[in-house]
Amino acid sequence: MDPMQPVLELRRIVRDYPGHRAVDHVSLALEPGEFYSLLGPSGCGKTTTLRIVGGFERPDAGDVLLAGAIVNELKPWQRDVSTVFQNYALFPHLSALGNVEFGLRERGVPGRRDRALRALDLVRLADKRDRRPAQLSGGEKQRVALARSLVLEPKLLLLDEPLAALDPALRKQMRAELKAMQRKTGITFLFVTHDQEEALSMSDKVAVMNRGAIEQFGTPEEVYLRPATRFVAGFLGAINWFGQAGVRPESTRLAREKPEGLPCRRAAVESSLFLGNCVHVNAALDDGGRAIAEIPREQNHFREGEIVWMHWDPAAELRFE
Amino acid sequence: MKGRALGIYAGMAIAFLHAPLAILVAFSFNSGRFTVWQGFSLHWYRAAMLDPQLSEGLINSVVIALFASVISTVIGTMAAYGIWRRSAPVLSGTLYLSLVTPEIVTGVSLLALFEWAFRFLHLQLGLYTVVIAHVAFSIAYVTIVISARLRGYDRTLEEAAMDLGASQWRAFSRVTLPAIAPAIAAAGLLALVVSFDDYVITSLVAGVDSETLPMVIYAMARRGVSPVVNAVSALIVVAFGAIVLISQRLQAR
Repeated sequence: MDPMQPVLELRRIVRDYPGHRAVDHVSLALEPGEFYSLLGPSGCGKTTTLRIVGGFERPDAGDVLLAGAIVNELKPWQRDVSTVFQNYALFPHLSALGNVEFGLRERGVPGRRDRALRALDLVRLADKRDRRPAQLSGGEKQRVALARSLVLEPKLLLLDEPLAALDPALRKQMRAELKAMQRKTGITFLFVTHDQEEALSMSDKVAVMNRGAIEQFGTPEEVYLRPATRFVAGFLGAINWFGQAGVRPESTRLAREKPEGLPCRRAAVESSLFLGNCVHVNAALDDGGRAIAEIPREQNHFREGEIVWMHWDPAAELRFE
Repeated sequence: MKGRALGIYAGMAIAFLHAPLAILVAFSFNSGRFTVWQGFSLHWYRAAMLDPQLSEGLINSVVIALFASVISTVIGTMAAYGIWRRSAPVLSGTLYLSLVTPEIVTGVSLLALFEWAFRFLHLQLGLYTVVIAHVAFSIAYVTIVISARLRGYDRTLEEAAMDLGASQWRAFSRVTLPAIAPAIAAAGLLALVVSFDDYVITSLVAGVDSETLPMVIYAMARRGVSPVVNAVSALIVVAFGAIVLISQRLQAR
């Protein structure tokens, strides 16, 4: 096989629901061994796209290719992809080990007990192999679901908001684990999320979706620092709009005196939020808009109601047609 | 004060509900023939066991109930699963219609159907027509019990099974079926009970050689109160009580 052959290729996929178009001519090519995210707000079509790849929904137009072959007509059980579902979808009547063995049995893989045990070992759950899903914590269920898919050694692993049901501390820990797991197994991950921090921190490349279409496909740095559209700029983090120019809060500075030779706006401080490592100063612009400046804690000597100048380096401006 | 009043009220309600059964069971152990207590005896139980009509009725009832419950459970499970997979409001509506249709109407309509069919097939009423009739009215019970279970069942479990390599049928048989098995068993027992219990429809569609236990008891009761009827009824109450208990345990799982 050509090593640079895309693991997955979507060609102008369309999916219509009564009254609206859920997926609107989505094209995407994923290379082997990388971690990809499909990022967008709820209802943007990212889950539908994932279900089309998994074979749970059929595209109304366009082609799905896995390792170069069109698979539009193949059922989920005929595709060399596996899905980690948002609610994990573990089989309640089977033990952790039984869940991991399920796919091996269905696919007739020999030596399934050993393989399943190794997969449980990989997610550090070997000692809980006889537990039923109801006896496992959220994070453990998550790892069983992961082991159940990884044990099949699919070309492509689809993850549908798998961290959404976990509490925040565990979610951050699982980010690192998922990323490490992807590197260790070399399986291509396609991770669906609405959380931009998740997508930016884990992915090699991010596809930002809005209203059924991909607005930008690039590395986390590219989509954050050079967003292709206003939507991407706004979705991937807070942004201040100074006329046509968009400036991230961390690039926005505050001063009492009008700075010389820099673009700036007059504003009144409304409030400042202490965030531990920094402070967010919210200010009302003279033209009626609002803006946020993220400044170091020790520089926060601004009082509420005080008139300040918000300024920025022109190189930090994001501009869109 | 309030608690005691409620307790008395509850006691009276329970007595009102169950006094007839208590009297029936009590007099089934009476050595005399009439409703005057004359001493404890198992005489009427012995008489019931030895009555050829009663045993024939019992055998017919059991055979009919077994066939009818197995067939209606299979059909009802498939119906519930189908309705769950793709919502079918008209079909689910007709289920409730069949529950509220008066038995006499169901019985007469089934009889009309058989009479019409017999014009083409050289057959007559018999045990099998009773089985068909019981299947027809049990399906609704089975489907409703299993549908209730499926309402709380997670759809993505089947998708997960298919994702892992199971065909649609394997996903059903290896994941969904084990999950709803207790409901299927409970529905089967319910079908068994309603089949065994039925008099009105059965008496209309039964052939001359296929009298069921309720029909025999009814005929005996009409000829005059016999303590044999009490004894048989008491046995039925115990057997059915056990079945209902098992069924509830299964549904609670």
